[in-house]
Amino acid sequence: MEKSIKGKAFVLGNNIDTDQIIPAEHLVYSLNDPKESQLYGRYALSGVPLSEAGLPGGNIPFIKGEETVSEYSIVIGGSNFGCGSSREHAPFALMKAGVKAVIAESYARIYYRNSVDGGFLIPYEAKEKLNNVISTNDEVEIIIDENMLINHTTKKEYSLNPLGDILPIIEAGNLFEYARKSGMIV
Amino acid sequence: MGMTITEKIFAKGAGKKSVVPGDNVWLNVDVLMTHDVCGPPTIGIWKKEFGDKAKIWDKQKLVIFPDHYIFTKNPHANRNVEILRAFAKEYDIPNYYDVGTERYKGVCHIALAEEGYNIPGTVLFGTDSHTCTSGAFGMFSTGVGNTDAAFILGTGKIWEKVPESLLFTFDGGLPKYITAKDLILRVLGDITTNGGTYRALEFNGDAIFSLSMDERMTLTNMAIEAGAMNGIIEADEVVENYVKERSSKEYELIKSDEEANYKAKYRYNANDFVPLVAKPHSPDNIDTVFNVKGRKLTKCYIGSCTGGKLSDFVSVAKFLFSNEVRVPTFIVPASTYVAEQLEVETISGVTLKNIFEKAGCVITQSSCAACLGGPMDTIGRAQDGEVIISTTNRNFPGRMGSKKAEVYLASPLTVAASALTGEITDPRDYM
Ligand code: SF4
Repeated sequence: MEKSIKGKAFVLGNNIDTDQIIPAEHLVYSLNDPKESQLYGRYALSGVPLSEAGLPGGNIPFIKGEETVSEYSIVIGGSNFGCGSSREHAPFALMKAGVKAVIAESYARIYYRNSVDGGFLIPYEAKEKLNNVISTNDEVEIIIDENMLINHTTKKEYSLNPLGDILPIIEAGNLFEYARKSGMIV
Repeated sequence: MGMTITEKIFAKGAGKKSVVPGDNVWLNVDVLMTHDVCGPPTIGIWKKEFGDKAKIWDKQKLVIFPDHYIFTKNPHANRNVEILRAFAKEYDIPNYYDVGTERYKGVCHIALAEEGYNIPGTVLFGTDSHTCTSGAFGMFSTGVGNTDAAFILGTGKIWEKVPESLLFTFDGGLPKYITAKDLILRVLGDITTNGGTYRALEFNGDAIFSLSMDERMTLTNMAIEAGAMNGIIEADEVVENYVKERSSKEYELIKSDEEANYKAKYRYNANDFVPLVAKPHSPDNIDTVFNVKGRKLTKCYIGSCTGGKLSDFVSVAKFLFSNEVRVPTFIVPASTYVAEQLEVETISGVTLKNIFEKAGCVITQSSCAACLGGPMDTIGRAQDGEVIISTTNRNFPGRMGSKKAEVYLASPLTVAASALTGEITDPRDYM
């Protein structure tokens, strides 16, 4: 596992549901086909109303034009991130778009499990509300061992909740690797 | 120390004497349900991870209902159903309900109940967030993603954290203008869309146990709208009778202990309820119908696993009898059984189907249809600028199609009253 995750922040509001992360009409693409699955990156966060995309100002598209990878690799959300449907396509789409971690105050259960069990990205819980103190385009870095977030743009630091029970699954890579390591499956 | 019904089923499913909230346990799964959106990726992960050794842990316990993107020309969506069909054939899956055949059932959560897969005291997982619907049968049921489902498909097990429980007691009786939808909207308004996150919502009280199975499923269905892991109602005679008609499986009636621990308890008097709506764009944006009445509508939608059951259509038909709708009104039976019953159930000798046809409604085939927007050619899909009132469960931006549409969620009675006037209407004005 890497020691830190560094990148540009993309900031969103509360209750970002899975329809905003990847609208239902796009759930039809293959997740296995390398070329077709890039479409998930292309449409990641395309359901977020543009005025709410890239806070505080909004109106910042997460994906530019026809691209499939975003310049933003860390998403900062508010409370109840990933609520709504059970679609695993949601963390998958963010991963395809190049997102390495999401930091939110709280998560919907299925989205949280999917992120971890599928090994798509790390869902960090912030100890405080961050989506009003971090701005889109800030250069941020997560120091994994220390459960800390550094905002290099504003020179501020924030502590994150330890990953706890899910850490072994994240370290193994995904649920299957974890089960293999612990001898549950061969 | 006492345990709640959810904790007891967890203990049973994990082979333990007792559990407490926060414990991570491996549960033995009694039924795994999947559908056309999440089934193909689940199968893909299962094949990739288990390789040549990939084996279904127990074919009898796997149930597959294509239901989401069924009646569309979208080639990608149709490919998903073809993948399920090929998989069912290759592995000789007994419980596959293919579209285009007599076995086709419609929306998975309602089909699970109708086909006898919901058994009190058991553990059911599904690749759909509204899998919590089955909790109306005194069982634990919840939604998971594809990776978790693929893991269950190969092992029959999954890890899960024992949830804290919230108890909602409804005393008294329901006034005739109130349905289960109004009760759950009230709960959502009170605890919000994340008030139930990682928790169990347990419902009891005289008003709850007086409800039909259809109505109980409306309550547990929307537990996920509060972010809950599961919704649950202890099984009683109503459940037993329903289950016995559809299954010969053994069941266990599990009840919460008197001294069980709840994170919080809420108590309501059902007599006091007034019709409610969830305003755009969140199921917890609750207001009374009275406060929003008069809002002009472009469409009424009656369908989905929440509001497309037979009892929902009976409620609607009472309003539409000998009347005409003022705005396009969609009747989307959740299951093929419900669709058949529309031609059997009558009011004053007229079938529900006839009532709806005479009223000028559009009656569609059974499926999820526009409840989740779906491909562009989905019937009833929300268009830019529309204002819709719907018996479905979610009104997040774009959920029913266009991000530029406004969706109000309400009971079948409120939606029917509104269909008659073309604006949001209080059902009490017509009763
Ligand atoms: S009817 Fe709607 S809520 Fe129910 S399973 Fe289908 S898409 Fe989901």
